[in-house]
Amino acid sequence: MTIAFYLIAAITIAGALAAVLLRNTVHCALALTVAFAGLAIAFLELDAQFAGFAQILVYIGAVAILVVFAILLTRGSETPKEGVFSKSWLAGMAIAAMIFAVLGWAVLSSTSALPNETARPAVNVLQIGNALMGRYVLPLEIVAVLLTSALIGAVIVARHEKGSAK
Amino acid sequence: MGPITPLQGYLLLAALIFAIGLAGALTRRNAILVLIGIELMLNAANLNLIAFWRYGPHPEALTGMMFAIFSIAVAAAEAAVGLGLVIHIYRFTHTTDIDQMNRMKG
Repeated sequence: MTIAFYLIAAITIAGALAAVLLRNTVHCALALTVAFAGLAIAFLELDAQFAGFAQILVYIGAVAILVVFAILLTRGSETPKEGVFSKSWLAGMAIAAMIFAVLGWAVLSSTSALPNETARPAVNVLQIGNALMGRYVLPLEIVAVLLTSALIGAVIVARHEKGSAK
Repeated sequence: MGPITPLQGYLLLAALIFAIGLAGALTRRNAILVLIGIELMLNAANLNLIAFWRYGPHPEALTGMMFAIFSIAVAAAEAAVGLGLVIHIYRFTHTTDIDQMNRMKG
């Protein structure tokens, strides 16, 4: 394991922990952006340049901004006086810790059958474009339909209907 | 148990991020924070896909990378619809506290 991996892991885990644990919701959204950036750097470190930049564009550029908009539209930045954690927070923490224990045990006790530890995959955008237009053209079209319907659905759901709001 | 391989390192990182996201989704009261936790879990799954693609036997087949890219697109659609729903519910109940959203009738 290289120093770069430990730096990326530290940034990403710190961002994720802050996003989950901070009291102010706006601070949580900003910490979430740090976690997304750390994951994008991890993708770049794994030689997946296209996925890394897609992560930056979609998550930091769109999803994080969307979350901030939602927080500001719902006055969610005000910290409630009864606390930010649910009544059943202990059970939730226990479930998450147990799942991490099981996953970590499975990862550490497995022997790697994957031979490709050293060779760096040389993948350029041309190959990705060819794959998207060739072998993966049907999933691409389905994702296009999904994104269109999600866009229309989000607009319909969040639209302010005059007279119907209580 | 010897030193961990790079693949195991990335898988452990993904498992930890998944657990953090799950803890956030299960313990926070604010609906937007629950969605943030779900986004973290989706990202951890993407990291797994990319790590297996990188250290797998046939990275030139692009399977894991394509899976991750489509997963990013689906996650973006999920975030848009989920936050739209939160805003819509807020308009009726004037709260984003999930503990107070205890009825399905509008």
